[in-house]
Amino acid sequence: MALMMRWLLCVLLLVPALGQAAVEVREFDDPVTEQRYRDLTATLRCPKCENQAIDDSDSPIAGDMRDRVYVLLQDGRSDKEILDFMVNRFGDYVLYNPRLEGRTLLLWGLPAALVLLGALVVILMVRARRRTASRRLSAEERARLDALINRERTE
Amino acid sequence: MKRRLLLLLPLVGFLALGAFLYMGLSINPFERDSALMARDFPAFELATLEDPERVVDASLLEGEVTLVNVWGEWCPTCKQEMPQLLDLAERGVRLVGIDYKDTREKGSAFLDEFGNPFEVNIFDPDGTLGFDLGVYGAPETFLVDRDGVIRYHHTGYIKPEDVRDTILPEVEKWR
Repeated sequence: MALMMRWLLCVLLLVPALGQAAVEVREFDDPVTEQRYRDLTATLRCPKCENQAIDDSDSPIAGDMRDRVYVLLQDGRSDKEILDFMVNRFGDYVLYNPRLEGRTLLLWGLPAALVLLGALVVILMVRARRRTASRRLSAEERARLDALINRERTE
Repeated sequence: MKRRLLLLLPLVGFLALGAFLYMGLSINPFERDSALMARDFPAFELATLEDPERVVDASLLEGEVTLVNVWGEWCPTCKQEMPQLLDLAERGVRLVGIDYKDTREKGSAFLDEFGNPFEVNIFDPDGTLGFDLGVYGAPETFLVDRDGVIRYHHTGYIKPEDVRDTILPEVEKWR
Protein backbone atom coordinates (compact mmCIF):
# COMPACT_ATOMS: atom_id res chain seq x y z
CA MET A 1 0.00 0.00 0.00
CA ALA A 2 2.74 2.43 1.02
CA LEU A 3 4.62 1.52 -2.15
CA MET A 4 1.58 2.27 -4.24
CA MET A 5 1.13 5.66 -2.57
CA ARG A 6 4.75 6.46 -3.31
CA TRP A 7 4.25 5.63 -6.99
CA LEU A 8 1.11 7.69 -7.15
CA LEU A 9 2.97 10.64 -5.61
CA CYS A 10 5.71 10.30 -8.24
CA VAL A 11 3.14 10.36 -11.04
CA LEU A 12 1.38 13.39 -9.56
CA LEU A 13 4.65 15.27 -9.24
CA LEU A 14 5.27 14.70 -12.95
CA VAL A 15 1.97 16.30 -14.00
CA PRO A 16 3.18 19.94 -13.97
CA ALA A 17 6.17 18.93 -16.11
CA LEU A 18 3.83 17.44 -18.71
CA GLY A 19 2.03 20.78 -19.00
CA GLN A 20 5.20 22.44 -20.24
CA ALA A 21 6.08 19.78 -22.77
CA ALA A 22 5.43 22.21 -25.66
CA VAL A 23 8.71 24.06 -25.12
CA GLU A 24 11.62 22.16 -26.56
CA VAL A 25 14.74 21.18 -24.68
CA ARG A 26 17.74 22.76 -26.39
CA GLU A 27 21.45 22.21 -25.99
CA PHE A 28 23.79 25.18 -25.97
CA ASP A 29 27.58 25.28 -26.06
CA ASP A 30 27.76 28.09 -23.53
CA PRO A 31 25.46 29.90 -21.08
CA VAL A 32 25.82 33.22 -22.96
CA THR A 33 24.22 31.79 -26.10
CA GLU A 34 21.54 30.18 -23.99
CA GLN A 35 20.72 33.54 -22.38
CA ARG A 36 20.63 35.19 -25.82
CA TYR A 37 18.20 32.50 -26.99
CA ARG A 38 15.97 33.19 -23.98
CA ASP A 39 16.09 36.95 -24.54
CA LEU A 40 15.40 36.72 -28.28
CA THR A 41 12.48 34.32 -27.94
CA ALA A 42 11.04 36.56 -25.21
CA THR A 43 11.18 39.74 -27.33
CA LEU A 44 9.85 38.23 -30.57
CA ARG A 45 6.09 38.34 -30.82
CA CYS A 46 4.16 35.43 -32.25
CA PRO A 47 2.58 36.63 -35.55
CA LYS A 48 -0.43 34.35 -35.14
CA CYS A 49 -1.42 35.06 -31.57
CA GLU A 50 -1.60 38.87 -31.15
CA ASN A 51 -0.12 39.07 -27.69
CA GLN A 52 2.28 36.28 -26.85
CA ALA A 53 6.02 36.03 -27.21
CA ILE A 54 7.21 33.05 -29.24
CA ASP A 55 8.71 31.44 -26.11
CA ASP A 56 5.22 31.37 -24.62
CA SER A 57 3.14 30.12 -27.53
CA ASP A 58 2.09 26.67 -28.69
CA SER A 59 1.20 27.92 -32.16
CA PRO A 60 3.09 26.08 -34.94
CA ILE A 61 4.60 29.26 -36.35
CA ALA A 62 6.02 30.18 -32.93
CA GLY A 63 7.68 26.74 -32.84
CA ASP A 64 9.14 27.30 -36.31
CA MET A 65 10.48 30.69 -35.24
CA ARG A 66 12.10 29.25 -32.10
CA ASP A 67 13.76 26.58 -34.27
CA ARG A 68 15.04 29.25 -36.62
CA VAL A 69 16.38 31.44 -33.79
CA TYR A 70 18.24 28.40 -32.45
CA VAL A 71 19.72 27.50 -35.85
CA LEU A 72 20.77 31.11 -36.53
CA LEU A 73 22.44 31.32 -33.09
CA GLN A 74 24.34 28.09 -33.80
CA ASP A 75 25.38 29.72 -37.10
CA GLY A 76 27.00 32.51 -35.10
CA ARG A 77 24.65 35.28 -36.22
CA SER A 78 24.32 38.43 -34.11
CA ASP A 79 21.11 39.39 -32.29
CA LYS A 80 20.54 42.20 -34.77
CA GLU A 81 20.91 39.86 -37.74
CA ILE A 82 18.40 37.44 -36.22
CA LEU A 83 15.86 40.23 -35.52
CA ASP A 84 16.38 41.58 -39.08
CA PHE A 85 15.79 38.09 -40.44
CA MET A 86 12.43 37.86 -38.65
CA VAL A 87 11.35 41.43 -39.48
CA ASN A 88 12.14 40.81 -43.18
CA ARG A 89 9.61 37.98 -43.17
CA PHE A 90 6.98 38.87 -40.60
CA GLY A 91 7.26 42.66 -40.38
CA ASP A 92 7.75 45.07 -37.47
CA TYR A 93 4.77 43.38 -35.83
CA VAL A 94 7.06 40.69 -34.34
CA LEU A 95 9.19 43.18 -32.41
CA TYR A 96 7.93 43.76 -28.88
CA ASN A 97 10.54 46.50 -28.64
CA PRO A 98 10.06 48.74 -31.71
CA ARG A 99 13.21 50.16 -33.25
CA LEU A 100 14.09 53.85 -33.20
CA GLU A 101 13.87 54.95 -36.83
CA GLY A 102 12.14 57.59 -38.96
CA ARG A 103 8.76 55.89 -38.84
CA THR A 104 8.81 55.27 -35.09
CA LEU A 105 10.16 58.71 -34.16
CA LEU A 106 6.73 59.89 -33.00
CA LEU A 107 6.26 56.75 -30.89
CA TRP A 108 9.55 57.19 -29.05
CA GLY A 109 9.72 60.98 -29.18
CA LEU A 110 6.21 61.93 -28.04
CA PRO A 111 6.51 60.92 -24.36
CA ALA A 112 9.87 62.69 -24.03
CA ALA A 113 8.48 65.77 -25.81
CA LEU A 114 5.45 65.82 -23.48
CA VAL A 115 7.65 65.62 -20.37
CA LEU A 116 9.77 68.52 -21.67
CA LEU A 117 6.63 70.51 -22.48
CA GLY A 118 5.29 69.90 -18.97
CA ALA A 119 8.59 71.02 -17.38
CA LEU A 120 8.52 74.17 -19.55
CA VAL A 121 4.97 75.00 -18.45
CA VAL A 122 5.88 74.53 -14.76
CA ILE A 123 8.97 76.75 -15.12
CA LEU A 124 6.96 79.50 -16.84
CA MET A 125 4.24 79.35 -14.18
CA VAL A 126 6.71 79.55 -11.30
CA ARG A 127 8.47 82.50 -12.93
CA ALA A 128 5.23 84.36 -13.55
CA ARG A 129 4.17 83.84 -9.95
CA ARG A 130 7.52 84.98 -8.58
CA ARG A 131 7.35 88.14 -10.70
CA THR A 132 3.93 89.15 -9.33
CA ALA A 133 5.07 88.37 -5.77
CA SER A 134 8.16 90.56 -5.90
CA ARG A 135 6.58 93.42 -7.83
CA ARG A 136 7.08 96.79 -6.19
CA LEU A 137 4.08 98.47 -4.63
CA SER A 138 2.59 101.43 -6.42
CA ALA A 139 2.37 104.77 -4.56
CA GLU A 140 -1.33 104.26 -4.02
CA GLU A 141 -0.82 100.76 -2.57
CA ARG A 142 1.95 102.01 -0.32
CA ALA A 143 -0.32 104.74 1.04
CA ARG A 144 -3.03 102.13 1.76
CA LEU A 145 -0.53 99.88 3.46
CA ASP A 146 0.74 102.72 5.61
CA ALA A 147 -2.78 103.64 6.57
CA LEU A 148 -3.54 100.06 7.62
CA ILE A 149 -0.36 99.79 9.70
CA ASN A 150 -0.94 103.13 11.37
CA ARG A 151 -4.52 102.23 12.18
CA GLU A 152 -3.30 99.20 14.08
CA ARG A 153 -0.77 101.30 15.99
CA THR A 154 -3.23 103.97 17.00
CA GLU A 155 -5.80 101.50 18.24
CA MET B 1 -10.46 85.68 -21.38
CA LYS B 2 -7.59 84.49 -23.49
CA ARG B 3 -5.89 82.94 -20.47
CA ARG B 4 -9.10 81.16 -19.55
CA LEU B 5 -9.16 79.48 -22.97
CA LEU B 6 -5.60 78.29 -22.42
CA LEU B 7 -6.87 76.30 -19.45
CA LEU B 8 -8.92 74.17 -21.88
CA LEU B 9 -5.76 73.08 -23.67
CA PRO B 10 -5.06 69.98 -21.51
CA LEU B 11 -8.68 68.84 -21.94
CA VAL B 12 -8.46 69.21 -25.73
CA GLY B 13 -5.16 67.29 -25.72
CA PHE B 14 -6.68 64.54 -23.61
CA LEU B 15 -9.72 64.23 -25.90
CA ALA B 16 -7.46 64.04 -28.98
CA LEU B 17 -5.38 61.28 -27.38
CA GLY B 18 -8.56 59.45 -26.33
CA ALA B 19 -9.94 59.58 -29.89
CA PHE B 20 -6.62 58.34 -31.29
CA LEU B 21 -6.48 55.39 -28.90
CA TYR B 22 -10.16 54.60 -29.47
CA MET B 23 -9.53 54.30 -33.21
CA GLY B 24 -6.71 51.89 -32.41
CA LEU B 25 -9.23 49.53 -30.81
CA SER B 26 -10.97 48.87 -34.14
CA ILE B 27 -7.80 47.97 -36.05
CA ASN B 28 -7.71 44.29 -36.98
CA PRO B 29 -4.10 43.13 -36.46
CA PHE B 30 -4.59 40.34 -39.01
CA GLU B 31 -5.19 42.87 -41.78
CA ARG B 32 -1.65 44.18 -41.54
CA ASP B 33 0.35 44.26 -44.75
CA SER B 34 2.83 41.53 -45.54
CA ALA B 35 6.45 42.49 -44.91
CA LEU B 36 7.17 41.22 -48.43
CA MET B 37 4.99 43.77 -50.20
CA ALA B 38 6.74 45.27 -53.25
CA ARG B 39 9.67 42.87 -52.79
CA ASP B 40 10.85 39.96 -54.92
CA PHE B 41 9.24 36.60 -54.28
CA PRO B 42 11.76 34.75 -52.03
CA ALA B 43 14.20 32.38 -53.70
CA PHE B 44 13.40 28.68 -53.35
CA GLU B 45 14.12 25.33 -54.92
CA LEU B 46 11.45 22.74 -54.28
CA ALA B 47 9.88 19.75 -56.02
CA THR B 48 6.33 19.91 -57.27
CA LEU B 49 3.49 17.99 -55.67
CA GLU B 50 2.57 16.45 -59.01
CA ASP B 51 6.05 15.20 -59.90
CA PRO B 52 8.75 14.68 -57.21
CA GLU B 53 11.39 14.72 -59.99
CA ARG B 54 10.47 18.21 -61.22
CA VAL B 55 12.25 20.93 -59.23
CA VAL B 56 11.01 24.52 -59.63
CA ASP B 57 12.35 27.89 -58.45
CA ALA B 58 11.18 31.51 -58.35
CA SER B 59 11.52 31.86 -62.15
CA LEU B 60 8.30 29.80 -62.31
CA LEU B 61 6.43 32.97 -61.34
CA GLU B 62 7.93 35.28 -63.94
CA GLY B 63 6.36 36.34 -67.23
CA GLU B 64 2.74 36.38 -66.12
CA VAL B 65 0.70 37.79 -63.24
CA THR B 66 0.22 34.85 -60.88
CA LEU B 67 -1.86 34.25 -57.78
CA VAL B 68 0.08 32.10 -55.30
CA ASN B 69 -2.11 30.33 -52.76
CA VAL B 70 -0.71 28.66 -49.63
CA TRP B 71 -2.85 25.69 -48.63
CA GLY B 72 -2.71 22.34 -46.84
CA GLU B 73 -4.91 19.31 -46.48
CA TRP B 74 -5.00 19.93 -42.69
CA CYS B 75 -6.53 23.39 -43.16
CA PRO B 76 -10.35 23.45 -43.06
CA THR B 77 -10.66 27.01 -44.39
CA CYS B 78 -8.69 26.00 -47.50
CA LYS B 79 -11.49 23.58 -48.38
CA GLN B 80 -14.07 26.35 -48.18
CA GLU B 81 -11.86 28.56 -50.31
CA MET B 82 -11.48 26.12 -53.22
CA PRO B 83 -14.71 27.11 -55.08
CA GLN B 84 -13.48 30.73 -55.16
CA LEU B 85 -10.07 29.65 -56.47
CA LEU B 86 -11.70 27.45 -59.13
CA ASP B 87 -13.80 30.45 -60.11
CA LEU B 88 -10.67 32.61 -60.46
CA ALA B 89 -8.96 29.95 -62.59
CA GLU B 90 -12.03 29.79 -64.82
CA ARG B 91 -11.81 33.55 -65.31
CA GLY B 92 -8.32 33.10 -66.70
CA VAL B 93 -6.18 33.92 -63.66
CA ARG B 94 -2.99 31.89 -63.43
CA LEU B 95 -2.80 30.11 -60.05
CA VAL B 96 0.13 28.36 -58.44
CA GLY B 97 -0.34 26.47 -55.16
CA ILE B 98 2.03 25.91 -52.28
CA ASP B 99 1.16 22.68 -50.45
CA TYR B 100 2.30 23.80 -47.00
CA LYS B 101 3.37 21.38 -44.23
CA ASP B 102 1.60 18.47 -45.85
CA THR B 103 2.29 14.96 -47.13
CA ARG B 104 2.17 14.09 -50.83
CA GLU B 105 -0.61 11.57 -50.28
CA LYS B 106 -2.84 13.92 -48.33
CA GLY B 107 -2.14 16.87 -50.64
CA SER B 108 -3.00 14.86 -53.76
CA ALA B 109 -6.15 13.46 -52.14
CA PHE B 110 -7.21 17.02 -51.26
CA LEU B 111 -6.92 18.13 -54.89
CA ASP B 112 -8.78 15.04 -56.09
CA GLU B 113 -11.63 15.79 -53.74
CA PHE B 114 -11.95 19.57 -53.92
CA GLY B 115 -10.68 20.28 -57.44
CA ASN B 116 -7.39 21.62 -58.74
CA PRO B 117 -7.34 25.25 -59.92
CA PHE B 118 -3.52 25.34 -59.87
CA GLU B 119 -1.24 25.19 -62.89
CA VAL B 120 1.30 23.54 -60.61
CA ASN B 121 1.73 22.96 -56.88
CA ILE B 122 4.99 23.60 -55.04
CA PHE B 123 5.48 20.94 -52.35
CA ASP B 124 6.71 22.53 -49.12
CA PRO B 125 6.54 19.80 -46.44
CA ASP B 126 8.79 21.59 -43.89
CA GLY B 127 7.23 24.99 -44.43
CA THR B 128 10.56 26.60 -45.42
CA LEU B 129 9.12 28.57 -48.35
CA GLY B 130 6.13 29.45 -46.19
CA PHE B 131 8.50 30.77 -43.53
CA ASP B 132 10.36 32.94 -46.06
CA LEU B 133 6.99 34.29 -47.20
CA GLY B 134 6.07 35.19 -43.61
CA VAL B 135 3.13 32.78 -43.69
CA TYR B 136 1.77 32.20 -40.18
CA GLY B 137 -1.32 30.23 -41.04
CA ALA B 138 -3.17 28.98 -44.06
CA PRO B 139 -4.74 29.96 -46.33
CA GLU B 140 -2.72 32.95 -47.45
CA THR B 141 -2.64 34.34 -50.97
CA PHE B 142 -0.02 36.45 -52.73
CA LEU B 143 -0.30 38.23 -56.07
CA VAL B 144 2.99 38.21 -57.98
CA ASP B 145 3.48 40.44 -61.03
CA ARG B 146 5.23 39.43 -64.29
CA ASP B 147 8.61 40.47 -62.84
CA GLY B 148 8.20 38.20 -59.83
CA VAL B 149 7.44 41.05 -57.38
CA ILE B 150 4.79 40.57 -54.67
CA ARG B 151 2.03 43.14 -55.22
CA TYR B 152 -0.87 42.06 -53.05
CA HIS B 153 -1.38 39.87 -50.01
CA HIS B 154 -4.56 38.35 -48.64
CA THR B 155 -4.47 36.75 -45.18
CA GLY B 156 -7.05 34.08 -44.51
CA TYR B 157 -10.24 33.06 -46.23
CA ILE B 158 -11.13 34.48 -49.66
CA LYS B 159 -14.87 35.07 -49.48
CA PRO B 160 -16.97 34.71 -52.66
CA GLU B 161 -17.41 38.51 -52.79
CA ASP B 162 -13.64 39.06 -52.37
CA VAL B 163 -13.11 37.49 -55.82
CA ARG B 164 -14.99 40.30 -57.54
CA ASP B 165 -14.31 43.13 -55.08
CA THR B 166 -10.59 42.80 -54.41
CA ILE B 167 -8.79 39.91 -56.12
CA LEU B 168 -9.88 40.48 -59.74
CA PRO B 169 -9.31 44.28 -59.62
CA GLU B 170 -5.81 43.67 -58.21
CA VAL B 171 -5.03 41.13 -60.95
CA GLU B 172 -6.22 43.60 -63.61
CA LYS B 173 -4.17 46.39 -62.04
CA TRP B 174 -0.90 44.49 -62.41
CA ARG B 175 -1.55 42.88 -65.77
